[in-house]
Amino acid sequence: MPLMNLRLARPKVVIDVNGLHHLASISAGQNGGLTLGALTRQRAVERSGLVQERNPLLAAALPLIGHFQIRNRGTIGGSLVHADPAAELPAASLALGAEFVLRSVRSERAVRAEDFFLDTMTTSIQPSELLTEIRIPGWRPRLGWAVEEVARRKGDFAIVGACTLLELDEDDLCKAARIALFGVAGKPLRMQRAEAALRGSNPDERLLAEACRLVFDDLDPDSDVHASATYRREAGGVLARRALETALRRARENSK
Amino acid sequence: MSAKRPVALTVNGRGYERLVEVRMTLADFLRSELDLTGTHLGCEHGVCGACTILLSGEAVRSCLLLAVQADGAEILTVEGLAQGSELHPLQQAFQDQHALQCGFCTPGFLMTAYAFLKESPAPTETQIREAISGNICRCTGYLPIVRAIWQAAREMAHKPSSIS
Repeated sequence: MPLMNLRLARPKVVIDVNGLHHLASISAGQNGGLTLGALTRQRAVERSGLVQERNPLLAAALPLIGHFQIRNRGTIGGSLVHADPAAELPAASLALGAEFVLRSVRSERAVRAEDFFLDTMTTSIQPSELLTEIRIPGWRPRLGWAVEEVARRKGDFAIVGACTLLELDEDDLCKAARIALFGVAGKPLRMQRAEAALRGSNPDERLLAEACRLVFDDLDPDSDVHASATYRREAGGVLARRALETALRRARENSK
Repeated sequence: MSAKRPVALTVNGRGYERLVEVRMTLADFLRSELDLTGTHLGCEHGVCGACTILLSGEAVRSCLLLAVQADGAEILTVEGLAQGSELHPLQQAFQDQHALQCGFCTPGFLMTAYAFLKESPAPTETQIREAISGNICRCTGYLPIVRAIWQAAREMAHKPSSIS
């Protein structure tokens, strides 16, 4: 709607999907996961007891989206297909390893978040396809998480943000780590080198510092009116560090 | 170039039926088709909050909806707050606390505060500040608005019937 109001988009035809009520649903997925209909309002996900119980990372990311008047209408699927590079949900879905169900008249396919976001407001969805469902894998014990962002004002798009997941094994070594940054490129980014450095290692002070140095080194953001490239890079490293520290603390609490 | 569709909806308890262009926003519809000009349009892309109304009980931006999408809906606008000549406690509080100067943003603040207090009848100051963070006011500096919502919350707690 803003794009049309500003006359940046002049579509010949607009199809309102709001009548597809069956696409607005929150249900328990397999193995403790979540299945969200694409038309589920952000506010409904935010208020959902099932989401809070099953996925604290998603629950924490939702209140950061715009203002409550926006979340009352905004949908999960809408935010994902819009693919704003500074939006929370694309990064959260990347960190969570979510899968998106795309349907057309002829076929249905599931695309991983990794393969879905291509560039600024560009996804791998085809013109004939509709995002119908978001599948989020189940939570596991010994998992810690964090969502961090810097924004000028409450409700603004983030300048930079980070979502982290960190899993500890029986020996309290880092079993797996996911670091997804947003606002640092045309799409949310997994910080693969930092994740690899953490995997299988003892996540001590030195290792976290090393992981965050790798994040900083791997970032190559652009400058815009909101922040310079230097600031974004610096903030990305700092937020990754904070989000990893918080995730580690929570993983340790959950491992007791 | 755009077709017309019939729209039937309830605004402030009164039913309306109109034939509208499919491209017309709900905000424009309220203002120019129903002459309910209390809903104001500032930025027209969802940022300023001036056009906030209640759609089926939830605060939404009327500039981000098309009129045809509100077919069958129940809407509350700022015109629906007062009971005859008696101001709603929120409106009275805004007057008492000088929470408006030019008044352009006021309808949006009132509707936002109305929806907020319905859900959080006994808010903290921090919660009030967060609730109004999606509305922009260029006159007051916001402090009187926070005080007004605070006052209204207290008064409405004693008069629960004023929120329905």
